[in-house]
Amino acid sequence: MSEAVVMDAAVEPAESPLTPESWGKLGMWVFLAGDAMSFGALIVGYGLFRVGSSNWPRPSDVLGINLTALMTFLLICSSVTMVLSLSAIKNGDQSGFKKFLSLTVLAGIAFLGLQAYEWTHLIHEGLTLTGNPFGAALFGATFFVLTGFHGCHVFGGVVYLSTVLVQGVRGRYGEHRHNEVEIAGLYWHFVDLVWILIFTFVYLV
Amino acid sequence: MTTAHTETNYIGVFWWLSGLTILEIAVIYVPMARLIVVILLIGLALSKAVLVAMYFMHLKFERVTLGMIALTPLILCVFLILMLLPDIT
Repeated sequence: MSEAVVMDAAVEPAESPLTPESWGKLGMWVFLAGDAMSFGALIVGYGLFRVGSSNWPRPSDVLGINLTALMTFLLICSSVTMVLSLSAIKNGDQSGFKKFLSLTVLAGIAFLGLQAYEWTHLIHEGLTLTGNPFGAALFGATFFVLTGFHGCHVFGGVVYLSTVLVQGVRGRYGEHRHNEVEIAGLYWHFVDLVWILIFTFVYLV
Repeated sequence: MTTAHTETNYIGVFWWLSGLTILEIAVIYVPMARLIVVILLIGLALSKAVLVAMYFMHLKFERVTLGMIALTPLILCVFLILMLLPDIT
């Protein structure tokens, strides 16, 4: 019997060294660091193509800054509702948690809708992966790859947060169990953070 | 430290992020040297990114090593720029 206890102690997983709350949180951070390298490589690639091009159009002449400013505002709001949702569940406020998480998911869906509208508009104007009536063809390629890669992340985030919401409605989370909500929040804030950079480098600079 | 964590003023951070976004959009319409505009925009974008990471992702309240993991991609991007720049100039 005592031997069994000792063996159990031996296989007990050690505490995560950087995130004492859970290993999952460390896992998400490492994943996000890797994902950031993918985004970083795409943004750097975009920047270098642009610097090396002689006929790169001014983004504000081709892209709608007002619409994307609204999209940026939506994502910032969704990040706020996400932290408020986590804050609510930490205090055991179930209805606040569900309300704010639902708003986060809705903001994500609205963002995707606006992006679909923007893409459709630009494609009708002739901007495609291989063509650009306003100047350098690579403008279209880099624009669609960068915003598309980010849009896929938003879509993934909407699905991810929806599953957390469903689990929340089933009563899985509470004052003493909210680690999964925090980890999902990390992903969502990362998507917001990357959009802040894309908005600046692709639309404003 | 834990109490500071729970008392983060999220709405305050929201106002900062919104204000900096408005400032960014204003900057592109102000007639200034292109280089100054670019430096300002990059500075404002990085400030916003830091605000999100520090307060929304709670990095300010995490261990320093975790912050170093989070910073690694940025350092690698700087290397990438330095390594690729000779190819286009």
